[in-house]
Amino acid sequence: MDRVVCVQCPVGCKIKFELSNGRIVKVEGNKCPRGLSYLEDELREPKRVVPTSVKVVGGNYPLVSVKTSAPIPKKYIPQLMEKLKKIKINAPVKAGDVIVKNIFDTGVDVVATRTVLENSK
Amino acid sequence: MKTDVLVIGAGAAGMAAALSAAKNGATVALVDRDERTGGILNQCIHNGFGLHYFKEELTGPEYAERFSALLEKSQIKVLTDCHVHSVTPDKKALLVSPNGVFEVECKSIVYTAGARERPFGALMIPGDRPSGIFTAGVAQKYMNIENRLIGKRALILGSGDIGMIMARRLTLEGVEVVAVVERLPYSGGLLRNVIQCLEDYNIPLYLSSTVVEVRGKERLEEVVVAQVDKNYEPIPGTERVFKVDTLVLSVGLIPQVELLQNLVQFDRVSRGVLCSNIGQSTAEWIFAAGNCTVIYDLVDYVTMEGEKAGRYAALYAKGENFEKGIPIETGENVGVLFPRRYVSGEDLTVYLRSKRPIEKATLVVGNFERKYEDIMPSEMIRVKIPSQKLTGFDKLLVTLKEE
Repeated sequence: MDRVVCVQCPVGCKIKFELSNGRIVKVEGNKCPRGLSYLEDELREPKRVVPTSVKVVGGNYPLVSVKTSAPIPKKYIPQLMEKLKKIKINAPVKAGDVIVKNIFDTGVDVVATRTVLENSK
Repeated sequence: MKTDVLVIGAGAAGMAAALSAAKNGATVALVDRDERTGGILNQCIHNGFGLHYFKEELTGPEYAERFSALLEKSQIKVLTDCHVHSVTPDKKALLVSPNGVFEVECKSIVYTAGARERPFGALMIPGDRPSGIFTAGVAQKYMNIENRLIGKRALILGSGDIGMIMARRLTLEGVEVVAVVERLPYSGGLLRNVIQCLEDYNIPLYLSSTVVEVRGKERLEEVVVAQVDKNYEPIPGTERVFKVDTLVLSVGLIPQVELLQNLVQFDRVSRGVLCSNIGQSTAEWIFAAGNCTVIYDLVDYVTMEGEKAGRYAALYAKGENFEKGIPIETGENVGVLFPRRYVSGEDLTVYLRSKRPIEKATLVVGNFERKYEDIMPSEMIRVKIPSQKLTGFDKLLVTLKEE
């Protein structure tokens, strides 16, 4: 059987599977349902959550950490980095604030993962 | 200043310990030398935290903010930008902050000071001593907190999780990562990071290899990598020169325990604070949790152990006493192990690493047995053992019996 390692969480289940005519006919080793959807994505269109950061103006940090709110196709990662490089946002920023909505029409947002206060405070 | 419980270090373990001690009725002071709580979580902007504790996947800052929000709502006295200079056996600590030097009198301590990175100097690599050599955590702080790029072309020594995560981080920020070099014949971190940090970005991982020389006048110019034999000795003739201006080291974490040097005993293998399963050290008023006791893979478990130590420190401050417990010892194939004493009555959660990769083995602790497959030293085993499986012993031996 073929094998993929699920990267959805640090448990890193080793998922064994069998394909027949491009369809998954047997799966074992995944400890949760996320493993199955990961396997399906991995065979069709590998996706990843992308954590990075964006510049902040007037904040108590020069950067706000951000992530894609869900996994996006791997092929978009270089474009995503280019796009985020050009963005500057004004403090304050709250964790959970949407920085870019519906990135590349994937239905996934780029959201802040940290609170950055205004510098004066 | 007086408090029931003094918590030293406001990272994952300390925040959990402080909240748990307060919940158990103690007055609590939480001290950290950084300007903010959260510890190293603040710079770990990658995802993968919280699946066990919160049942959702968070980044480091998000994980930290869950706890700092609770701290704000609590009665806990949070002292940031504050360094603990010393702790003395009369249960006093001397603290230093921009406001001056002051003493804290407490009934118990939870020590949660985390770990330090093994530095470049400890590796004794021959060659020059130019700029451009960073430990992974320092590189991570420069990039993720201070918005500074550390170089243009980098090589990473050590395939621990932080090293691989930094390989991806550097690549995403436009630094060319030419290789990750690992002395062992297998990766030092989680398999998921080999995939999502290295394979995803075509970064080569050279196993059984190490850096044998660094060259450069002002700034690093070249790094020489060679293959190593079974005894980790470089094999002559296998040298390869990489032209890089940056070397990032991910070569291990060491529990940070200097402050307790004359107060408690340490574990000879992990070099962390030696504790019982309630987080109590060999000095009965000092409790400890997190990476200062043993290096964990997952922050979730650090939080859980912090909560436990905080609870027992609060009970101790209220006048409860606890038995010392029976020793827990390392048997066949077991490297680091936590805790090292077992106080009966409670279920026992043990954390251990195998000494080497093992395909199939049975973990044996007292009357408890469990089978494992594909065991790697880089992936910590955690198992909760019911107290009924542990009665009638005067010591517990933890073994991984290979099949």
